[in-house]
Amino acid sequence: MPKRTDLQRIMVIGSGPIVIGQACEFDYSGTQAVKALKEEGCEVILVNSNPATIMTDPGLADRTYIEPIEPDTVAAIILKERPDAVLPTLGGQTALNTALALAKSGFLEQHGVALIGANAEVIEKAESRELFRAAMERIGLAVPRSEIAHTLDEVRRIAATLAYPLIIRPAFTLGGSGGGIAYNLEDLDAMAAAGLDASPTHEVLVEESVLGWKEIEMEVMRDSKDNCVIICSIENLDPMGVHTGDSVTVAPVQTLTDREYQKIREASFAVMREIGVETGGSNVQFGLNPRNGELVVIEMNPRVSRSSALASKATGFPIAKIAAKLALGYTLDELPNDITQKTRASFEPAIDYCVVKIPRFAFEKFSGAKDELTTSMKSVGETMAIGRTFKEALQKGLRSLEIGATGLGSCFREALPDHDALIKALRVPHSGRLFALRHALLAGMSAQEIHEYTSIDPWFLHQIEDILRLEGRLRDFALANPMDADNSELADLLQEAKENGFSDRQLAAMWKRPESDVAALRKAMGIQPAYYLVDTCAAEFEAATPYFYSTYETGDEVEIHARRKVIILGGGPNRIGQGIEFDYCCCQASFALRDEGVEAIMVNSNPETVSTDYDTSDRLYFEPLTFEDVMHIIQTEKPDGVIVQFGGQTPLNLAVPLQRAGVAILGTSPDAIDRAEDRERFQALIRKLGLLQPENGVCSSLAEARQVAERIGWPVIVRPSYVLGGRAMQICYNAAELEAYFHSSVGTDRPEHPILIDQFLENAIEVDVDALADGQDVYVAGIMEHIEAAGIHSGDSACSLPPYSLPGTIASEIDRQTRELARELRVIGLMNIQFAVKNDRIYILEVNPRASRTVPFVAKATGVPLPRLATQVMLGRTLRELNPQGMRKEGFFCVKEAVFPFKRFPGVDILLGPEMRSTGEVMGIAPSFDEAFLKSQRGAGQKLPNSGQVFISVNDRDKKFLAPLARAYAELGFTLLATRGTARILREQGLDVQDVPKLSEGRPNIIDRIKNGDVALVINTAEGGTTTADARAIRQATLHQGVPFTTTIAGARAIARAVGHQQNKALHVECLQEYYGGEHA
Amino acid sequence: MKALLALEDGFTLRGRSFTGSIDLAGGEVIFNTAMTGYQELLTDPSYAGQMVCLTYPLIGNYGINPEDMESDRIHMAALLVKECCKTPSNWRATESLPDFLTRMGVVGVEGLDTRALTLHLRKYGAMRGCLSTTMLDPAELVARARELPSMEGQNLVYRVAPTSPYRWDESAGKPVPVQLEADGSYRWPEGKTLRVLVYDFGIKWNILRLLAAQDMQLLMVPPSFTFEQARVVSPDGIFLSNGPGDPATLTAEIAEIAKLAETFPIGAICLGHQLLGHALGGATVKLKFGHHGLNHPVKDLRTGRIEVTSQNHGFCVLPPAGVEARFVSLNDGTLEGFRHPQKPIIAVQHHPEAAAGPSDAQAFFSEFKEMVLACSSQ
Repeated sequence: MPKRTDLQRIMVIGSGPIVIGQACEFDYSGTQAVKALKEEGCEVILVNSNPATIMTDPGLADRTYIEPIEPDTVAAIILKERPDAVLPTLGGQTALNTALALAKSGFLEQHGVALIGANAEVIEKAESRELFRAAMERIGLAVPRSEIAHTLDEVRRIAATLAYPLIIRPAFTLGGSGGGIAYNLEDLDAMAAAGLDASPTHEVLVEESVLGWKEIEMEVMRDSKDNCVIICSIENLDPMGVHTGDSVTVAPVQTLTDREYQKIREASFAVMREIGVETGGSNVQFGLNPRNGELVVIEMNPRVSRSSALASKATGFPIAKIAAKLALGYTLDELPNDITQKTRASFEPAIDYCVVKIPRFAFEKFSGAKDELTTSMKSVGETMAIGRTFKEALQKGLRSLEIGATGLGSCFREALPDHDALIKALRVPHSGRLFALRHALLAGMSAQEIHEYTSIDPWFLHQIEDILRLEGRLRDFALANPMDADNSELADLLQEAKENGFSDRQLAAMWKRPESDVAALRKAMGIQPAYYLVDTCAAEFEAATPYFYSTYETGDEVEIHARRKVIILGGGPNRIGQGIEFDYCCCQASFALRDEGVEAIMVNSNPETVSTDYDTSDRLYFEPLTFEDVMHIIQTEKPDGVIVQFGGQTPLNLAVPLQRAGVAILGTSPDAIDRAEDRERFQALIRKLGLLQPENGVCSSLAEARQVAERIGWPVIVRPSYVLGGRAMQICYNAAELEAYFHSSVGTDRPEHPILIDQFLENAIEVDVDALADGQDVYVAGIMEHIEAAGIHSGDSACSLPPYSLPGTIASEIDRQTRELARELRVIGLMNIQFAVKNDRIYILEVNPRASRTVPFVAKATGVPLPRLATQVMLGRTLRELNPQGMRKEGFFCVKEAVFPFKRFPGVDILLGPEMRSTGEVMGIAPSFDEAFLKSQRGAGQKLPNSGQVFISVNDRDKKFLAPLARAYAELGFTLLATRGTARILREQGLDVQDVPKLSEGRPNIIDRIKNGDVALVINTAEGGTTTADARAIRQATLHQGVPFTTTIAGARAIARAVGHQQNKALHVECLQEYYGGEHA
Repeated sequence: MKALLALEDGFTLRGRSFTGSIDLAGGEVIFNTAMTGYQELLTDPSYAGQMVCLTYPLIGNYGINPEDMESDRIHMAALLVKECCKTPSNWRATESLPDFLTRMGVVGVEGLDTRALTLHLRKYGAMRGCLSTTMLDPAELVARARELPSMEGQNLVYRVAPTSPYRWDESAGKPVPVQLEADGSYRWPEGKTLRVLVYDFGIKWNILRLLAAQDMQLLMVPPSFTFEQARVVSPDGIFLSNGPGDPATLTAEIAEIAKLAETFPIGAICLGHQLLGHALGGATVKLKFGHHGLNHPVKDLRTGRIEVTSQNHGFCVLPPAGVEARFVSLNDGTLEGFRHPQKPIIAVQHHPEAAAGPSDAQAFFSEFKEMVLACSSQ
């Protein structure tokens, strides 16, 4: 069918900020879709609140709205832009829900806007438990049986009709808290009682458990002529019970016969047809009883998903791009297969390698969170590895994770946990379960036994057993044999080790020699990896797309070009502190290289990203970012240079070793990076320039720490010297807190690493600066004033560009110091500096001569494509010729706000601190700070109230700010609510305030009031190092009920300003093109 | 045990036998891109005379089970894989892949760079090859490969086809020998509506399962069964099965089929399709490396719909005059099936019976049935 001609203007909705369960895979799919629609001549109107996305670059869509993704705002954009259709299937659940709300309210129909990809009926059928069950029954497919109960009697009645074990899921609790698995009637009674109590609606779902069944996913595409194809099948190593996002998954399916596979394939098509997805991609999840093959449908997503991004990267088939074109009316056979260019998109990719995806967790960032995997997703990122065997892919994946693992085994002389600990580590799924499997096998447990504890398919266990058997042979061989290059037996064994994914570092650790020795031995024996293509067709057709993975095979498909070329090292798996922002920079670098006629070669291991789209660079190597893997690529490609400053800490850590190996690092020298990172060299640098730094010292015991703190003066920030990203960092206000810190975090005496102590500049204004330099000239790209005071991790603070309260004199002094530092470090490329301003004095907290998390935000907020320019500078261009100042757009405010995953980690305190915990960010853009801040809050999911009761509770240090703050809210028309002590202070200031009892003071107390929905806004600030149980309980209740809140005075002030704006002004939306063109109101 | 694979053009690869020693195995080396279904491929008689390289690297994971047999033995000359799984995991598995191959006396080799082999075959075409665990000198093995007969011109049907008639026992899922009457007629069992005479050139059992499921009474006969013999049996329709080798060599059979086509409605799959092509005046040509996989898109030109099909053919049909293509390959545009404009004849090059592969094209069987029904009620 030819393309529909009635669709000219199409709105694409993005997925908003990066949160757990919705990460940069939607930038990948959205970007593909926007490009595909543009290719077809459509005008694209894009809405996405996330500035760190490639899709929101103003050159991509025709109209780019960085606005909150919520029905009101999107409706306003539709009224302004009048699109013919909305395509909601590429922006995750956020886009789908927003579109559904607009469809259900009749808004879309009223304004003649079509929903393409999936209509409202389809979305509802797929999302509603009841409708979905009924639909599956109509096509003869089973779903796990379940029923809702409101009393214990009902629970028992339902349970009598189902088979144990049963899952009890309380309704509307966070992360499934209060639920559990009942193996018998006794369990059932206890859990149901607890669950009914925990549920605010006294409602539990009693569900037949398919725990331990195999979990299989199918990625399906369908066109308007009802042609259906499977793009990829995925088998989870972790059986049912662990969210697929938290599972190790493998493509294609490994343990099903063709008969079973075809049955699931047909069921997938039946589901897609019955739910009614007319065009596009969907994901269908199945549970399969490993004892008899019984099949149940778990769920289907009528949109592209994390799994479809993985499927695209695993096969080379661009699901999102094709989905966008199908939505325009094309059929699969009308679209070419991009990779082969000769065959059509209507086929099912055949792959001739094994793909393993491994999730990356961040439990250590959330003290109080249990490292336990359930049906609620908790991982913050993932890595994918490609190998010719599962064993090779698994080990490559593990070393890509960057959690210190060099493969399945990293330490070969460790003591094994005792039997009980082993069994516990097997029974309960957790982030380190793969390593627990290794331990259990090493301890002599059989695969069968482990299978009984874990329900992991024996096939995977046997594969791991194979790796361990080889590990044993490798170890034993070294004990008994000479390790010479002319030992042919060693050559065979080494070849086998490499084929099974062992890294040089693993072998080095095993053989107690330096990694370089192992590499040299290999080189002498001629054992080097080959690069094979990901081509969608298992080599059946010639592939046009250079998408490579390494493996130890006989052939090699890389054709080396003599062109000028540069390798960009990506950021690896997303984690807190290193995410989409860095991928944004890497992609921009690639675009810049291509524009300059330089071959861009990308290396990355993260399947969610735009950088690992085969379309982004001239060449893509889907590889771990370790020294060994990167060096092999460099030796193969022989690039003119390598860019390490865009991918975050991961490639930066490789800078020095690569340089030592003779690799040309483009841009700022690794020595300059070291000068900024090494504590002593940095101090010398600051002194040399006559700048200021907070007082600081090093100590290695509590006694020393006390002395240092006394010298510096309280409060102080303490942290172990080896950590990054604010890990185990804390502010101590007195000796008692310092002592407590040593007890809890580092041990009182002789900690393993020295402890760093810095003066803490209380209530200082923190300022982030991004700058671009070419070794001579410096362009100060953005001065961002944080909303929250210094002491809160810069990644977790909101910030404004331009500054909203910073005096101009201070800003120009910061500008000057930035230039000084960039010149002194001879920065070529990007640099980020964190300043703190207190009493008009400017302190330098940190200097990072590399791209920072804020670069995409600054780029959007000023219209200057920083990473592109930085790349051009690294290629030798000067700032004078590039003239970034001339590109700069001004006259509006941009506010960046962080987004947190607290709802995923029940029981974790939501107070902000020096440890970064946000997963993503949004941007609010508007003519005034107040409105921009308001939009940033909305974008982050915080809908600010216009009236109602505001509960205020502040710590003693913040008491001095209390009265003016409360007055601001009173003047906005809010009723003040406070506990007795605070209320008295406010009354003394002549304010009207209502008393509310603390938890211990009778009921209804403040928590009851929050739960009853009486409270419109909660202001609750931190109490230094320790937190009272009361305050914590209040914050938890706030989070549970979804009440807007802030935990800082500065945040409360900004919210007051935003509310003031909201009360008086109607919602207004403008696109980047308008802001940049200076057309805005 | 170390093994060497050598192709006639001098390309060699090293691997390991997982079925013990073998002095020499040989045949046409082809690749198949299926990611599942190795058991069905192994037992598919169409692979006679071929050494099959599976491009999916991990083979044997789910073992072998009694239900997924496409005949009672393995027909290919050797199985070539990257990694063979020795401890399978699947509730239906009753035997491991190495054990099955060993029991059937067919060699399996692993540790081969199957992608390198596939790239070579794609570039230079399917060709003769030899395999050995004892003859490890590449030059010698290459020489042996050159001594093998080429696939073109080989009649392999008689290696795999039955020598006497049989029927299909649906409940047992296997063939049962039958005796024709002295006059050559067949006492068709009562009950089912349509009687179909099936020419077994090396048929896959799933074709029989699906024909039987169409409420057809089946009588299977050897390839040498003549038109006259068929007339005596008096079927409502004829079915020509898949099978191995070069169709052009089956001249006598083609002549008989030409006569059958004048009298009976005919359905055909794969080799049957090729033989019909010849019988109607067309020809067949050898494809460079053939179509072997489970992901081949075929367009039904009548409906415009795409079917993802299971394919396994090294030759393709150049349609006879007056016969228009009904199905075409979307990969290379070659003929994948036709329905005769005047005569009740339907034939496909791909495998609607799947096993292994998708069932998208299964409507072929009901279309065949309706065609036969329409003729028998005239």
